[in-house]
Amino acid sequence: PHSSLTNCRNNHNADRSALYIFVLVWCVTAGPSVTPGEEVNGWGNPMDLFDEPFPDVSTYEDFHTIDWLREKSRDTDRHRKVRSRRVTLLDAWSGWVVMLLIGLLSGTLAGVIDLAVDWMTDLKEGVCLSALWYSHEQCCWTSNETTFDDRDKCPQWQTWSELMTGHAEGAGAYVLNYFLYVLWALFFAFLAVSLVRVFAPYACGSGIPEIKTILSGFIIRGYLGKWTLLIKTVTLVLAVSSGLSLGKEGPLVHVACCCGNLFSSLFSKYSKNEGKRREVLSAAAAAGVSVAFGAPIGGVLFSLEEVSYYFPLKTLWRSFFAALVAAFTLRSINPFGNNRLVLFYVEYHTPWYMAELVPFILLGVFGGVWGALFIRANIAWCRRRKTTRLGRYPVLEVIAVTAITAVVAFPNPYTRRSTSQLISELFNDCGPLDSSRLCDYVNDPNMTRPVDDIPDRPAGPGVYTAIWQLALALIFKIVVTIFTFGIKVPSGLFIPSMAVGAIAGRIMGIAVEQMAYHHHDWIIFKKWCRPGADCVTPGLYAMVGAAACLGGVTRMTVSLVVIMFELTGGLEYIVPLMAAAVTSKWVGDAFGREGIYEAHIQLNGYPFLDTKDEFTHRTLAADVMHPRRGEPPLAVLTQDGTTVEDVEELIKETDYNGFPVVVSRKSERLIGFVQRRDLTLAIKNARQKQEGVVSNSVVYFTEEMPLLPPSCPQPLKLRCILNLSPFTVTDHTPMETVVDIFRKLGLRQCLVTRSGRLLGIITKKDVLRHMAQMMNQDPDSIMFN
Amino acid sequence: EITMSLIGMKVPMQLCLLLCSLRFILSAEKSDAKSSRDIRCKCICPPYKDVQGMIYNQNVSLKDCNCLHVVDPMPVEGKDVEAYCLRCECTYEERSSGTIKVTIIIYLFILGLLLLYMFYLTMLEPVLKRRLFGHSQLIQSEDDVGDQQPFANAHNVLSRSRSQSNMLNKVEHAQQRWRRQVQEQRKSVFDRHVVLS
Repeated sequence: PHSSLTNCRNNHNADRSALYIFVLVWCVTAGPSVTPGEEVNGWGNPMDLFDEPFPDVSTYEDFHTIDWLREKSRDTDRHRKVRSRRVTLLDAWSGWVVMLLIGLLSGTLAGVIDLAVDWMTDLKEGVCLSALWYSHEQCCWTSNETTFDDRDKCPQWQTWSELMTGHAEGAGAYVLNYFLYVLWALFFAFLAVSLVRVFAPYACGSGIPEIKTILSGFIIRGYLGKWTLLIKTVTLVLAVSSGLSLGKEGPLVHVACCCGNLFSSLFSKYSKNEGKRREVLSAAAAAGVSVAFGAPIGGVLFSLEEVSYYFPLKTLWRSFFAALVAAFTLRSINPFGNNRLVLFYVEYHTPWYMAELVPFILLGVFGGVWGALFIRANIAWCRRRKTTRLGRYPVLEVIAVTAITAVVAFPNPYTRRSTSQLISELFNDCGPLDSSRLCDYVNDPNMTRPVDDIPDRPAGPGVYTAIWQLALALIFKIVVTIFTFGIKVPSGLFIPSMAVGAIAGRIMGIAVEQMAYHHHDWIIFKKWCRPGADCVTPGLYAMVGAAACLGGVTRMTVSLVVIMFELTGGLEYIVPLMAAAVTSKWVGDAFGREGIYEAHIQLNGYPFLDTKDEFTHRTLAADVMHPRRGEPPLAVLTQDGTTVEDVEELIKETDYNGFPVVVSRKSERLIGFVQRRDLTLAIKNARQKQEGVVSNSVVYFTEEMPLLPPSCPQPLKLRCILNLSPFTVTDHTPMETVVDIFRKLGLRQCLVTRSGRLLGIITKKDVLRHMAQMMNQDPDSIMFN
Repeated sequence: EITMSLIGMKVPMQLCLLLCSLRFILSAEKSDAKSSRDIRCKCICPPYKDVQGMIYNQNVSLKDCNCLHVVDPMPVEGKDVEAYCLRCECTYEERSSGTIKVTIIIYLFILGLLLLYMFYLTMLEPVLKRRLFGHSQLIQSEDDVGDQQPFANAHNVLSRSRSQSNMLNKVEHAQQRWRRQVQEQRKSVFDRHVVLS
């Protein structure tokens, strides 16, 4: 009787898997990927949108790891089939079409988010009477009533107190504005957390730790779904507008990956193959960072360094394409009105001096120390939320954090406005035309120099006020971000950490500038600073500080420097940025090896095998494998000795993900490995569809039917679900090699043999537990398989 | 109820397509309707001698965006004009007011729809449930895993009387499946703190 399983044809090449695996090892370790030409895409029936996906043998269960080797061999199969049908051109273009669509949708969503955030942030303070949909800046755009001293006042924009009571100044107006600011903030935060709770609970948080885990092969169903996409976009606007200390960069990566998932389900080439789908998701992550920062190259490098697990060269080129399309789409929507992609794009070219490396390195140290402290504090708070009663009141927690943030942020003008605007002001250098308090330098009235070449000036009283306000803002931001990252609304970390660094950098820059001005006869300054020349640019210090803090928290290296110099538009500042980034990474690594995302992965217990850690202990495979001494023996199947009933009982009693198949219990020579899910489905199918298969039927995995007396019921052949080439190591293989194999090939389990006889099994969870034990962490924190 | 279930499943897909198509419409709109309100040349001039600082805004094109064209009336006499203009800083800026308006209105529309649906799911549906099936069904429902189980029966009861097409049946099943998924997600994230903690 022929089996009714659908993928029997796919699996009959299990004999040739060894050759494919050899090719795969070459591909994965050597870098360039082998693409013999691409395949036909199948367009799904639109009515199938509403059908429950039939759990056929090729789909994976939720919260399980995929089998990278199997996905690769299925893709190669598909290639061969399509080549034989000669529809290669359409298939080749399907990948590029997906990238194009991802770029378009990500750019559009980022533009919508930027415009909506701009408007809703200003809605907390007032409203534009001539056109309700304009933010403060847009409202006063065409007005002729702005004066030099009050650049942001115009009659069309009115604060709430002005609208309600007619008074713009005075204690009553201040209190009313304060009250309405807090009220709007609470309203937005409440809407955000309610929408997340009711429609898409997976839309909360940053998303990057989970996407890292998904890209390493884990399945979280619904995490990249359509409802998550919609809710994340809508609630991200609400969360950022409510004044909470969070950013939108991490959530934008999640949004872009959801777009990637959405479009990859249009083509069966990607929708049916989890390995290929992750290539698309890597490229989508690059597009997400590209629109967040206006940095396409930085986005690709971020995807390569931080987010992706396997990154073949083909993905590099496609990620770049997706990032470019996304950046171009965002630019054509033009949310900031001056053809720039990011609010804090700066473009000055003042030189920096070698002696300034000392304060830059100090900023790097600050960034590293702050990063390490933040990671420890945030993880401790998140752990408390996870294990104690605090976690049972997510809505109340969000409202409490918003209330505290709004109440403390309003009095300080630097925290009242949105964090992006704060960073923009800190990054910009002060020309003679700036009227903000930070630029209240004592100007020489006879001066006629152009903007870029203003000599150093003494600070006026406004600068000193600004410095202590900024110091208060720094302390506030440091404290409140610890409690904000991880609450149940979309929350990112890039902007708050850049704000902390920018404030620290600017304060240091002003300090150095004033020191250079007042003590220009000291030896250090005499060498580089002529009186009447421009020595110190505090804006540059702010940028370097921002890079240092971001590096200290996320432990990014190349991608951070590239993003920062794409933000500044010049190569002149690469050396200071690199100095700060390197210093902050070293200092941060001295306190703890993981960045914030790896720390969150560990907190959640995801089965993520980090490629960056080195395993240097001298344990052997025999120390890690199961069963150990004192444990029940390995649960195996024999090649022709088990009945259907035995198999079902084995499946019911144990919860292992797969079973090795041996020749017989006496000889224990290994034949292959069979997955639990395949076994369950095959037996269910056989009982329903094949005639004569009963509980006493013998299950056989050999090519020919075993010799049975004629009174026995019909035997069941399950050779087609058997993997005939499972990975094996001997018991004396060092764990270093075993960990390397797991990382490079993406294995889920590995069998251990001695002199050809099966001894035990090592699963990915065992490897992770062993590594945790070696690093003196809690091995029971690894939760998933 | 049927329209609501339709909304439940089809909204995300429709919105994605809507957003994509709107982006093309918006770019087309921007290119042929560049109204005079959307470009400006802004010149900021600092205080000079006894003239106070001023800001000038005018709708001129990029090549005319300099001090001589925009600063009108010129506050200083002939020989001081050059010195005055050297201090001024003129920038040319463009924006698309149509894009801003359409984007904000679409966003508020989607937010409004979501809020209405949320209100319906959390407030109205239990009330309707109670009114249609009385108290006995409600007691029975408390043992169920999902609180929408009795309502699922309601759909079946109502549907048995009239012949429903295959499509509507499928949509309702899809909506029930979606709600079960969201409930599972909610349990993982909010109750058991298994993911996203």
